[in-house]
Amino acid sequence: MRGPTIIKAEDDKTRQLNKHTLMAFSGEAGDTVQFAEYIQANIQLYTMRNDTELSPSAVSSFVRGELARSLRSRSPYTVNLLLGGMDPITEKPHLYWVDYLASLAPVPYAAHGYAQFYCLSILDKHHNPNISLDEGIKLLGMCTDELKRRLPIDYKGVLVKVVTKEGVKVVDFDNDRIVRSA
Amino acid sequence: MDKLVAQYSRPSHQNEFYSEQEQQDLSESTPPLSLKFNLPPVDNSSAFLRAMTDDHSNPSCPIKLAHGTTTLSFRFQGGIIVCTDSRATAGNWIASQTVKKVIPVSRLSRGEDKPTNEPTPGLLGTMAGGAADCQYWLRYLSQQCTLHEIRHKRRITVAAASKILANLTYAYKGYGLSMGTMLAGMTPQEGPALYYIDSDGTRLPGNLFCVGSGQTFAYGVLDAEYRYDLTEREALDLGRRAILAAMHRDAYSGGFINLYHVKEEGWVHHGFDDMNPIFWKTKLDHGEFSNVTSEL
Repeated sequence: MRGPTIIKAEDDKTRQLNKHTLMAFSGEAGDTVQFAEYIQANIQLYTMRNDTELSPSAVSSFVRGELARSLRSRSPYTVNLLLGGMDPITEKPHLYWVDYLASLAPVPYAAHGYAQFYCLSILDKHHNPNISLDEGIKLLGMCTDELKRRLPIDYKGVLVKVVTKEGVKVVDFDNDRIVRSA
Repeated sequence: MDKLVAQYSRPSHQNEFYSEQEQQDLSESTPPLSLKFNLPPVDNSSAFLRAMTDDHSNPSCPIKLAHGTTTLSFRFQGGIIVCTDSRATAGNWIASQTVKKVIPVSRLSRGEDKPTNEPTPGLLGTMAGGAADCQYWLRYLSQQCTLHEIRHKRRITVAAASKILANLTYAYKGYGLSMGTMLAGMTPQEGPALYYIDSDGTRLPGNLFCVGSGQTFAYGVLDAEYRYDLTEREALDLGRRAILAAMHRDAYSGGFINLYHVKEEGWVHHGFDDMNPIFWKTKLDHGEFSNVTSEL
């Protein structure tokens, strides 16, 4: 968005940090991509130098550390992040919520911005860690339906990516469904 | 004799209503809707009030108003569900955890909760925004509704009652009133009727409203599973669950869940229950709220 105009409707606001970790970002224009690609480059450098992949929890600590360091500089990055990863050794999924003040929280589900106000109550009710991918996509559908119904912003659809032990893949998602209000 | 026969051969209901003249006299003798209050001797009363009470723009304001709330109300096949939390906050301070935010608007003598589950005739109003404004103006509305009932020998419609309130808030627009209220009732003319009225002068009929700082959380739960053909049990449970969601996520909502059901015969109270045991029961029995751990 720039002023009253949508510049690009299908912008990818994620960066893959290594094979099993994906970072989604929002915040100040410019800062977001700069910070994400800086993190991406450093994680990849670490992987090449040590010939080993950092676990999601290690990545999250690094990201938080970098954001905390930047926060205490003259021009801090204003970026909110969601870090999703699959630990390749334990095969357990991890999700981290990071905000621009460098708070880090491991959570079962998360959102940033106004979406939190609408989606967290839905996720509180319908989430459970044992659901299948299909049920997960359905749950995401409930969240996007609510945003379409109540949020006074047309966010032009979502891009859905899934992190599994095989890596990151894009999943088809029906963004054209019309939602009726009660 | 003819006179005597004529007197008794008229249909008996002819004397039931007031004549044109009597109605005229009655409406002229009642006070105008806009009551006169003493205002502070300042140029712009709403700006003055904001400077004194708005802790968002002025954290050191001398008076902190009660603001945070979650209230919800929705129409369904079996009537209307009205549900609220019970927390009153003044700035960061929790002023009370036992506020009754559902206010009966009816014949004043019928306002009390009955120990039995018998329906009480009348409307229900909800309280969000300034507690005093809501209590005062809903009580004033009760008075007007009672007068309407006495004058016209029938209960006021929800449409008319909500219009009295909306005209009132519109008349005081810019004077700093703060209220977001829902009026729910069932009358033979309208069926189940639900209106949203706020201090901007907005008045909207609708099927489903949530009002207050926790509204988005309640909308989230409610929109996902709301249908008009909900059964009574499902509707009561959904209303309770939607308020619980808001009480859990919104710092300015909490305390007790106050649940009402408006039916054809009147409203029925379905409890004023502490949220804490309900929260843990919901979490442990249904596996919801998976972000909260139950282990130490």
